[in-house]
Amino acid sequence: MARNVSTGTKVGFTIAAWAVALILFSPILWVLLTAFKTEAEAISNTPTFFPQNFTLENFSAVQDRSDYFKHAINSILVSVGSTLLGLIIGIPAAWSMAFAPSKKTKDILMWMLSTKMMPAVGVLIPIYLIFRDLRLLDTVHGLTLIMTLINLPIIIWMLYTYFKEIPVDILEAARMDGAELWNEIVHVLVPMAVPGIASTLLLNVILAWNEAFWTITLTSGRAGTLTAFISSFSSPQGLFLAKLSAASLLAIAPILLMGWFSQKQLVRGLTFGAVK
Amino acid sequence: MGSITLSHVKKSFGEVQIIPDISLDIKDGEFVVFVGPSGCGKSTLLRLIAGLEDTTSGQILLDGEDMTKAPPARRGLAMVFQSYALYPHMTVRDNIAFPLKMAKAPKEVIDQKVEYAARTLNLSSYLDRRPRALSGGQRQRVAIGRAIVREPKAFLFDEPLSNLDAALRVNMRLEITELHQQLKTTMIYVTHDQVEAMTMADRIVVLNAGNVEQFGSPLDLYKKPANRFVAGFIGSPRMNFVDGPEAAKYDAHAIGVRPEHFKLATAPTPGTWKGKVGVAEQLGSDTFLHVHVDGLGLMTIRTDGDQTFSHGDDVYLTPDPTRIYRFDAAGKAL
Repeated sequence: MARNVSTGTKVGFTIAAWAVALILFSPILWVLLTAFKTEAEAISNTPTFFPQNFTLENFSAVQDRSDYFKHAINSILVSVGSTLLGLIIGIPAAWSMAFAPSKKTKDILMWMLSTKMMPAVGVLIPIYLIFRDLRLLDTVHGLTLIMTLINLPIIIWMLYTYFKEIPVDILEAARMDGAELWNEIVHVLVPMAVPGIASTLLLNVILAWNEAFWTITLTSGRAGTLTAFISSFSSPQGLFLAKLSAASLLAIAPILLMGWFSQKQLVRGLTFGAVK
Repeated sequence: MGSITLSHVKKSFGEVQIIPDISLDIKDGEFVVFVGPSGCGKSTLLRLIAGLEDTTSGQILLDGEDMTKAPPARRGLAMVFQSYALYPHMTVRDNIAFPLKMAKAPKEVIDQKVEYAARTLNLSSYLDRRPRALSGGQRQRVAIGRAIVREPKAFLFDEPLSNLDAALRVNMRLEITELHQQLKTTMIYVTHDQVEAMTMADRIVVLNAGNVEQFGSPLDLYKKPANRFVAGFIGSPRMNFVDGPEAAKYDAHAIGVRPEHFKLATAPTPGTWKGKVGVAEQLGSDTFLHVHVDGLGLMTIRTDGDQTFSHGDDVYLTPDPTRIYRFDAAGKAL
């Protein structure tokens, strides 16, 4: 039976939903507006909503002070690289857990997930020392490696969930049709799991892009990503709000746009199999 | 060539024994049906032959070659699944071509074989469709097409008709039998439907709790069932069983009479079983009477369709003395 909802209730819920959305969006809006103000206006005691003296100088100042494009390229390399590496390891791992489980598979899955419950700082010293000895500190490939490792549990869990939805008969049919394991994964499993793999890819690019703890602690000048780039603006010389906002805006814009355009895919992937 | 030999094949899943010990010899070109109730191990046995499950012990020989440890891809068998198991992201053409692509066949050969299979199975006009745009029967044909193009040593069918409606099931049954006569390739067909088994098989394997109860031609099983289980399983409607003093008269622990082996009378005749009609199922060609026989319980009788009976009618049953099956206490035929 359809639920009867009065117009008043509908209006009430709509206003509440918009209010929540605005509260969530307000920091981004604040950053957006502040990035186009002068430094004086940004820190003035009588705050303004819209920039009174619209300026782009913060953006050029930011680029001059610490090369935005270098950091952006590092972010792309690390987030895309770690996600692809994670998928290369995660797809076969999730295949074996979904279709050839052992008695311990559930325990391994739980154990992998439990590593995500641990605070990252708990392993900072061993990881730092290992990175130092392997000369991986402040390198893009070192950062890609650590990003792969921290996101691998999520990648495997997500893929495992999607793969479980695929009827095992179809994979067995491929085996009967003469497909070796590799062909079974490449020609049958992966094409059937495309929505799941795509949303895993998107989510992990976003997670790696936004990761700040390891990128800030394991890099300095060369391999810094955009999160390190933003943090470099809260410097001992003082907090330059307008420039910090410009830097933040530049850092989050690419991933925000990607998230915006792929939200349909993301939502579909994240609710995959929830309703059948 | 496609002879299949199972030698002392055993299969357990953990502690649970599914197949205690089976040895079978299937000849090249034979149509063999594995039949039995749910959970009797017939599908497991087929999957062992396919290589989709590993045997716990024993040997599987294909054309005399030991394939016990070979992966499914190397066994040269083709399988048709109950769920069709078509590749949903591929067109019908690509589905049928898939085994050939895996075998790295040249493109001309693939095209030619796909065209041939499609013509044989009336799929030519659907080649560019995806499986989801096909009906159940068409999907099953695609699955068969995919099996044919491999030119396998043997075809394995795992309850392929269970998802089809009754009319289509009869059609496909004929098509598969026809296909076997045309290709003369060994086929193993798993079903729980004894009508399918009787109509399609050269020989039937009746399975119960992982054991072979009997392996023989359909008429052998019908006329000379090895035991009470086979006697009850083969034949439709199923055989009527009577035990106790009535069976003792025939020097047996139990006797069995098929529904079609009774003489039916409405007037009392000496030495016959008296009963009341419970339900009369009129099929037109036949009428099945469910009769409550005094002291013996419910019995099913097959009479010709012209006779009409209704609930509560008194009837007198005389079993054909030459067609009474006798069983000992262990259920073995005497």
